[in-house]
Amino acid sequence: MKRSKRRYLALQIDFDGAPTPKEFIDAVWNAVTRLYGEYGASLTSLTLIAYNAENKSAVIRVALATLGMVKAALASITVIGNKEATVHVVAVSGTIKSLNKQLK
Amino acid sequence: MKKIFADLHLHLNLKEPIATSRIINKTATLGYHLIAVPLPPETQADETAKLQRICREAKIDFAPRIDIKAKRPDDLMQQLRRFRRRFEVVCVVCESKEVARQAAKDRRVDLLNFPSLDARRRFFDRAEAELASNSLAALEIDMKPLLVLEGPARARLLSSLRRETAIAREFHVPIVVSSGATSEMLLRKPRDNAALASLFDLDDWSLAAVSENPKAIVERNRQKLSPNFVAPGIRVIREGNDC
Repeated sequence: MKRSKRRYLALQIDFDGAPTPKEFIDAVWNAVTRLYGEYGASLTSLTLIAYNAENKSAVIRVALATLGMVKAALASITVIGNKEATVHVVAVSGTIKSLNKQLK
Repeated sequence: MKKIFADLHLHLNLKEPIATSRIINKTATLGYHLIAVPLPPETQADETAKLQRICREAKIDFAPRIDIKAKRPDDLMQQLRRFRRRFEVVCVVCESKEVARQAAKDRRVDLLNFPSLDARRRFFDRAEAELASNSLAALEIDMKPLLVLEGPARARLLSSLRRETAIAREFHVPIVVSSGATSEMLLRKPRDNAALASLFDLDDWSLAAVSENPKAIVERNRQKLSPNFVAPGIRVIREGNDC
């Protein structure tokens, strides 16, 4: 089977306080599901790779074919948990190594 | 060449200088180089100067904008005569079909904004686009309703926007994507706004809608409002006895 191509996204979270990793990834899944439905969300292969509550930053992995969908869904996030929040895409890369290089 | 990103619709409460300054600094952090803020017609010069100073400190370019809400076409013409030379960006908020048609054919109008969420009250159809394509008006799309709405209301809005952008592309009417933000939390990075615009199939036009198109409007108007402007393509480069 051909290996599916993936992209890693570095994200910055604007939030009053610090959401838990579960609250954050649930908000991302909710946003994708609201915009594209359960079938669309299932195609994204969304995975939380790293989460830093101190810096309010996260790294997620998505399928390359659905990168545009995930970026639109991330931009549509207005609430995490029950608090107002915004998620900004800081960098996109094909490997974690090059993502870290971009962030430096 | 580095892209210059612009947000031509930033709602600021001028009576709250701290919040205003915070939002302007945030737009600069997010990567915008140019913002336009709708000002009430009675805005004093010192208030505009204060905004300009805040923007200069944040290293961001500022363009004063007016949102004209007219009840009838003659009212619109009167307001355009009064305000065109005072503001760098003129937007007409189209709440009736007559006003929308008049705005689309008037070369003094920069932006056409359709705020209604009801598809029947959004008047950007083929006739409107044809008029706009012969003048200089661009279609402005605010992102705020897309972020605030949910469920069927958002689906209906997306459907209207998809139809409008398809018509605009067919008639080569420029599209400007703005935030329409009233708070920091409704601000998105320009590329995130472009990603959101893909929801209504703007795709390859989305980056131009947050960079080239708004920048072109402001540059064109600055040239026109400059004292050296004579006519499109003609400007005074030197005057005096030695010419």
